[in-house]
Amino acid sequence: MTDVIAPTPASDTARGTTVEFRGVRKDYGSTAALDGLDLTLRPGELLALLGPSGCGKTTALRLLAGFDKPTAGHILISGKDVTGIPAAKRDTGMVFQAYSLFPTMTAAENVAFGLRMRRVGAAERSRRADELLELVGLGSRGGSYPHEMSGGQQQRVALARALAVSPSVLLLDEPLSALDARVRVQLRDEIRRVQLAEGITTLFVTHDQSEALAVADRVAVLNAGRLEQVDVPQEVYARPATAFVAEFVGVMNDVPVENGRIVPGGTHRVQTRPEGLVVGMPDGLPASVLTSTFLGPVTRLVLTSDVGELTVDLVSRPGLPGIGAATTVALDPT
Amino acid sequence: MTRRRRWRAVVFGLAAIYFLVPLVAAGEFSLRKPAGGYGFANYLAIVTDPVLLASLLVSLQIAVLTAVLVLVLVIPTAVWVRLRFPSVAALLETATILPIVVPPVVMAAGIAFVQANLNSEPFRSLFSSSATALTPFYVVLALPFAYRAVDNGLAAIPLRTLVEAARNLGAGPGSALLRVVLPAIRSAVLGSAFLTLALVLGEVVIARILLYTDTFPVVVIDVGRSAAGISVALTLASLVLTWVLLMAVSFIGGRRTRGTT
Repeated sequence: MTDVIAPTPASDTARGTTVEFRGVRKDYGSTAALDGLDLTLRPGELLALLGPSGCGKTTALRLLAGFDKPTAGHILISGKDVTGIPAAKRDTGMVFQAYSLFPTMTAAENVAFGLRMRRVGAAERSRRADELLELVGLGSRGGSYPHEMSGGQQQRVALARALAVSPSVLLLDEPLSALDARVRVQLRDEIRRVQLAEGITTLFVTHDQSEALAVADRVAVLNAGRLEQVDVPQEVYARPATAFVAEFVGVMNDVPVENGRIVPGGTHRVQTRPEGLVVGMPDGLPASVLTSTFLGPVTRLVLTSDVGELTVDLVSRPGLPGIGAATTVALDPT
Repeated sequence: MTRRRRWRAVVFGLAAIYFLVPLVAAGEFSLRKPAGGYGFANYLAIVTDPVLLASLLVSLQIAVLTAVLVLVLVIPTAVWVRLRFPSVAALLETATILPIVVPPVVMAAGIAFVQANLNSEPFRSLFSSSATALTPFYVVLALPFAYRAVDNGLAAIPLRTLVEAARNLGAGPGSALLRVVLPAIRSAVLGSAFLTLALVLGEVVIARILLYTDTFPVVVIDVGRSAAGISVALTLASLVLTWVLLMAVSFIGGRRTRGTT
């Protein structure tokens, strides 16, 4: 078990299956929610499908789960076309946004439900339910009803329930969006740990870029029903393929540059993240501080200058220029 | 605030007097003995009088049949509409109100016409007994209440998510309905069952006009002509019975569903 929990993606393990979207299209009336999606999930990888609301990410997930039928295209699990197979026979495990636990069943009964539908014997069901509740850190709460548990605990049970039937694909539909910030980070890491331990191919739908970058092996950015970029988080962040990705995955400054210096009307343009700029360099471009936001470890300044507004993240320390102060801005030489 | 509270108390008090005084008076009257003094003789008539007892059994039979048929009709329909055809919901709601809008007398006339024209088998034997003849029409009468209660129950749970979760875990439509949805709306289902019971124990117009005179409410009224005490006692008893059942449902429902949505 422990050898699977490795820092590297589990993509080379034998476990986990391949999931393929081939030219998948979904129209609602005259609008295309998904406009020809081609995407492959490698065995055992966690792929985050990232995008703003209405970009088609949930549509893609629902098509994979079998809740909706694609207008065109095919979906393959382990190389087998499942496009016409009903949701109940798809062999996917889904964690919903919230409130998906069966309210009249205990946590253990919820987890065992899928096994009951598969006519697994009672003894085996309860053994497996205990095992999975243990896996998500709720070993002692099997007898609790959903309304007796916190939002985070409910989502853990939902995760255990989805995994209980050993599905070939795990589907996560914004499972953290209804939780408060601290629990969200905790459960996010928990999901990643469990996913790596099980080595299960996972599609994680989210609109939160920090969530996607933190847990995913690869991030697929979706906009208006089309894929913008699919790559490892580091690449998506450092080298966004399109202006949309640059904007959506954090803040991106777009500055004109001449000989490594920010110059109005410079011959080429450089895209840089807020941490790629520094202030107070003697040869920098004059700028003044518009807003200053203390974010804990860093302080974010928005500057106005001759090249427009720039966003700069600086390590929080005393003596940073305050609102209205005049300073200079330059590309971080390091 | 206190002014408002005082008004509330006054209105509540007036309503309580309006409803309680007749009930208390009826209770007092039903306990009187012909020779003077008080006793439960009138209430015991339900077990000592074979006609009364038989009529109660007929009505309970109709009530159970009606409740089962109504729920079998209403629950899948309401779930189906909510999941697949939300746009039809308003239309269906209007349709279910029709039985309330149409006066029972008109309905009885309509039914009489239908019965007169369906005088071949198997309708003839169906129409010959109160249970089989009245049940279909009581189903229609109970429809508005049952649909409303069930639909409210469905509105209070995350229906789509629960059904999709069940399907995702391998449940077919039947299993999802029986094992997940039905338990989650249990109090609404019980509520509509008891409303149906109340309706059947109180319906006289249609039964009387169509000459099915062996149902409990009809017999209770007939008995009242010769023995008013028994009639009042039994009316009161059936009122208290349905009231207690409905209170029990709302109590169980309130305790069970708290915190699930």
